[in-house]
Amino acid sequence: MSTSISENTTTATPVLSADGLRVATTAGEEILHGVSFELQPGKILALVGESGSGKTTAGLACLGHFRQGLEHTGGEIHLAGSGQDGSILDLPESERRKLRGGAISYVPQDPALSLNPAMRIGEQIMEVLRVHRYGDSDAERRGRAAEVLAEVGLENDRAYLGRYPHQLSGGQQQRVGIAMAFACRPAVMVLDEPTTGLDVTTQALVLQTIDQLAERHSVAGLYITHDLAVVAKVADDVVVMLSGDVVEHGPTAQVLYRPQHHYTRKLLNAVPDLAGKRRVGSVAAITGEQAAVPQDGSAGHAAQITTADRHSAAHTPAPAAHRSLLEVSGLRLAYGENQVLDGIDFKLGQGESMMLLGESGSGKTTLSRCIAGLNEDYNGTVCLDGAELAPGTRARSAEQRQQVQYVFQSPFSSLNPRRTICESVEVPLQMSGKMSRKERRLRVREALDQVRLGDSYLDRRPGDLSGGERQRAAIARALVNAPSLLVCDEVTSALDVSVQASIIDLLRSLQTDTGMSMLFVTHNIALARHISQRMAVLQQGRIVDLGSTEDVLENPQHDYTRELLANVPTF
Amino acid sequence: MPIILRRLATSVLILLAVSVLVFVATLLLPGDPAQAILGQQATPERLAALREQMNLNDPVLQRYFSWLGGLFVGDLGISAASGGPVSALLGERIGASLVLLVAASLISLPVGFLVGTYSALRRGRTGDHVTTGVSLVLAALPEFVIGIALITLFSTTVFPILPSVTMAPPGEAVWNYPLQLVLPTLTLVLVVTPYITRMMRATMLEVLDSGYVEMARLKGVPERQVILRHALPHALSPVAQVVAIQLAWMAGGVVVVEFLFRYPGIGQALVDAVANRDVQVVQALSILIAAVYIMVNLLADMVGILTNPKLRTGGTR
Repeated sequence: MSTSISENTTTATPVLSADGLRVATTAGEEILHGVSFELQPGKILALVGESGSGKTTAGLACLGHFRQGLEHTGGEIHLAGSGQDGSILDLPESERRKLRGGAISYVPQDPALSLNPAMRIGEQIMEVLRVHRYGDSDAERRGRAAEVLAEVGLENDRAYLGRYPHQLSGGQQQRVGIAMAFACRPAVMVLDEPTTGLDVTTQALVLQTIDQLAERHSVAGLYITHDLAVVAKVADDVVVMLSGDVVEHGPTAQVLYRPQHHYTRKLLNAVPDLAGKRRVGSVAAITGEQAAVPQDGSAGHAAQITTADRHSAAHTPAPAAHRSLLEVSGLRLAYGENQVLDGIDFKLGQGESMMLLGESGSGKTTLSRCIAGLNEDYNGTVCLDGAELAPGTRARSAEQRQQVQYVFQSPFSSLNPRRTICESVEVPLQMSGKMSRKERRLRVREALDQVRLGDSYLDRRPGDLSGGERQRAAIARALVNAPSLLVCDEVTSALDVSVQASIIDLLRSLQTDTGMSMLFVTHNIALARHISQRMAVLQQGRIVDLGSTEDVLENPQHDYTRELLANVPTF
Repeated sequence: MPIILRRLATSVLILLAVSVLVFVATLLLPGDPAQAILGQQATPERLAALREQMNLNDPVLQRYFSWLGGLFVGDLGISAASGGPVSALLGERIGASLVLLVAASLISLPVGFLVGTYSALRRGRTGDHVTTGVSLVLAALPEFVIGIALITLFSTTVFPILPSVTMAPPGEAVWNYPLQLVLPTLTLVLVVTPYITRMMRATMLEVLDSGYVEMARLKGVPERQVILRHALPHALSPVAQVVAIQLAWMAGGVVVVEFLFRYPGIGQALVDAVANRDVQVVQALSILIAAVYIMVNLLADMVGILTNPKLRTGGTR
């Protein structure tokens, strides 16, 4: 946990040092342009960067592993305790293999994908011990497997060792991954975004485990991440990477609080914070007493958009009564014995933005799909503007369909790669069949303009666009019919923090400009003040906390919410 | 294992449905079986007597159920053409076909798995290109073309070393003449193996790119063990489905191959029976081939269930 500046890091002997590391694709394009860093025993170095910056490539290179299509073109990696004086990258593959999992181990990003689904977890830990000849007998190795499971805070009886990965929760799976990496008492652990996709409570537990293990057994850790809040919590030193180059390097406190490079500053500014002190993009965060709904005139939201002055927004009086646009009552849905939604009731006012917070498996996506009519197997009622909606989109009127629009999580799969942006955005207009080609094109341009994509994007295809641009196009598609309700399902979780900031910014301004209501579904509680006036916390198919963002954050009613709030990493 | 029991129950239902289809289809066969047996010169009295003897005058439903009941006790009826019981007539034929099928599967399955895996491991290199090219060409050729090409190559002018037709004396087992089995077996192998190879390569490539295979490598597991323990079990379940379709195809496709090589198996028997309007034999063989189809698919699903702990343990997450 120490974020203190360690003055003597340079004098101590590093356990691993990367020196001028260069990696290129087999086609000749260089991915890493000479990356250097050092790992000290018992310390954790965070390797920070956005997707495509080469941080995972650098991490895997420390294990002498290069993914398909990549090759090592220069630089050295020295590993103390490898029994080798030279660079481990010069060793033959069979020698490097002996180091992996033994002297240096790896914890993958997604344990659900990285644990073998057909092997019992005990056997998977035993395998790494057996491969590296740890202990003399299987009984001894089984003892070590049990010991290491206890060290990461899991049960370790025979029944638990005999479980399959799918019988564990995401957090437990990740701790099994850490136990496996730790089993042979490595000198170095490479952790590749090990907490992405976990809720903050589980994340805190995993981070604590890593921190303790590193300190207790003086293991050096290389922690790869793009989440600076996590860095603040776990790392001693930070290396910031930008497209294959190290742009900043130093102790955590210095990099996070006195960043030198403008890219680091940009990254830092994009991190959403729970308190809402930082402004993500140009719209002020929602703090304090605030109008739940902008006044029907422009005065209310003009204040929010144009001024950074929180106080003026804070004193906007809440309107006495406002029409509720969406009313969900008694919504239930079960798959077999699994009750996914267990009686959901809430109202969403006109022009209001509400966050639906929940971890994976809480039913938040199912709920939003029910509201949008994409899932029709529910019981209960969904009313829009006072009229009950039929369960499936097919049974809804064209107008009702236009009223509710949906933006999907991954812009990489929600846009048809064979269609131009114009063709994709145009589809909802073609469905209504009222406009001529020319009118449609005009409307598409307006929508693209609303999401800050220019005319030049009209005839481009999703393949030419970045993740953020694609998500903007997907939002434009939802906007062409001027919906009264926009459902955003984890729209930023596939994107980098800086892109996330710009999308959040966009959604907020759109919502206040057009006066539409928005349901923002996410697992990231830190976004709360940046996107929504109200929030609902979903746990195992029930809403356990519901109220204005301020109320829920300051005065949580349920233990689950309190636990989440207590574990939000901040800096 | 309720999931396996449920799967078994559906298989039985499907088999019953097939029996109805087979029965209705044989009713629709053109011509009158009695007429076909007795020929054009038969007197009306003899035709009527034969119809009475074959129960052709009974209501359709009654005939179906007495036939179905017979199936359960192994009574497949009397062959109209030979006058003997169908089961005795077919017993030998089934044995002969089974020899061919088992020999072909025993060769094509391991070869398909090995070549497919090899191809996947050499992705993008020469070995991979050669195997995918060859398997594509073979997959595109119909079985009779392969059969004729093999006959031309091995039993005529080029290498006259193997017999092109089966000429075991009636009553003697086919496996007493192993040389005669070579070409029919080889034909089936060449038809079936390319599909298995291609499917094996495709699923293997997918599995090799998976997180758990990369993780196994990063754990320092030797490459051989990575393939055998981590990759292969996951590749097998989708391939099992293709294998099932191929084996089932063999049960039916054997008809053409047997005809080509004059091989005394069920395929020959089926062709003869249709030509002779031997309704009982056609029914028995159709049901048999359908049963093989269903059985093999059931086995493939079981492989899928056994290699996937999620299906086995139900999972409480």
